[in-house]
Amino acid sequence: MITLEIDGRTVQARPGQTILEAARAAGIRIPTLCYLEGLSPRGSCRLCLVEVANWNGKLVPACATPAEEGMRVVTGSQRLKELRRMVLELLFAERNHICSICVSNGHCELQDLACELGMDAVRFPYRFPGLSLDASHEKFVYDPNRCVLCGRCVRACSEVEGAMTWGFAGRGVNTLVEPDLGGPWGESETCTGCGKCVQACPVGALAERGVATAEQEKRPQVLAEVTERRPRV
Amino acid sequence: MSEAKGKVRVATVWLSGCSGCHMSLLDLDERLLELARKVELVYSPVVDIKGFPDGVDVTFVEGAVGNAEHLHLIQEIRKKSRLVVALGDCAVTGNVPSMRNPIPREEVLHEVYGEGEVPGLEEGEVPKLLPRALPLSMVVPVDGFLHGCPPPAERIWRFIQRLLSGEALTLSGEDLRFG
Repeated sequence: MITLEIDGRTVQARPGQTILEAARAAGIRIPTLCYLEGLSPRGSCRLCLVEVANWNGKLVPACATPAEEGMRVVTGSQRLKELRRMVLELLFAERNHICSICVSNGHCELQDLACELGMDAVRFPYRFPGLSLDASHEKFVYDPNRCVLCGRCVRACSEVEGAMTWGFAGRGVNTLVEPDLGGPWGESETCTGCGKCVQACPVGALAERGVATAEQEKRPQVLAEVTERRPRV
Repeated sequence: MSEAKGKVRVATVWLSGCSGCHMSLLDLDERLLELARKVELVYSPVVDIKGFPDGVDVTFVEGAVGNAEHLHLIQEIRKKSRLVVALGDCAVTGNVPSMRNPIPREEVLHEVYGEGEVPGLEEGEVPKLLPRALPLSMVVPVDGFLHGCPPPAERIWRFIQRLLSGEALTLSGEDLRFG
């Protein structure tokens, strides 16, 4: 076992476990968005950033950093609170997150994070991009206006379903999640219609067809439930 | 904070919104009587007054800044109010009025009014529509934010209590939920 310190508490981790896993096992909450149990970690949303005090306060994503012997981790300093809030504000400013008309209103991880991280307003100018909704699939709808580019759909599709329908296209702020190298989702040759991407999506970007405002509840834990039942190789 | 009878001078304004936030304000119900003992409503859609008065302590603004009149009014409000509070998601984020923002202004107006004479295209009897409906904080400094579409009356009440007791105008936790 590895022994490390998180917020002054002595915590143990198995070799290979991440800081986030060690913290969760000890009941210490670190906010996350792109992390989802059952999928490989990406460390792309930066909301789980923590400081390692004995690495000169270096910032590392807790979800993608292995716990190490003697590590002293800080999860809630003022600096981290400010950084996380800024990251969240940038996410809100980047697309058109209009909670009041969203299928995921009241069941949304982005909305929950605004409450948790104390975001009263966005200090950055909103971009208001013009993005088209894809309602071509017989079972699901994709609205890129609500996408946070966490990539949970991409990983659920490739790592759990094995279909590899979803992928990233474009770069930076113009990045889009797209099915089958672009084109309508309904015409995808690889999509199995399993819906794992919808369950993995933390916001209202992927939703079941026909749900109205605030009706889309999800079970992202289904990804871990599926992978835990699989035989280990 | 004192003018007439030591009461707090409060204004409420309705810009590009649906009046739902003002309805929520009225949902304070019997607490409005308690409020009436402490505040003087000096400007509001429910007050018969033409111009925005001087020396306002706090102005609650519902709605986004969507046209030239809103832009003029919010700047006047900022000059004449000690505190400006964004009341509801439209004022805080742009919300529903901002859904037109990705579409060019002219296209929006022609879609709504057809090809004939289009009000709002230029300054006239109807104020000119701005290219984008903006949250207040993208136009003027804002001192407090009340989330929700509309903000529940309980949330508004908690905010007003903080305001009247001179506490920081910040809410937390569930009170920061949009939508």
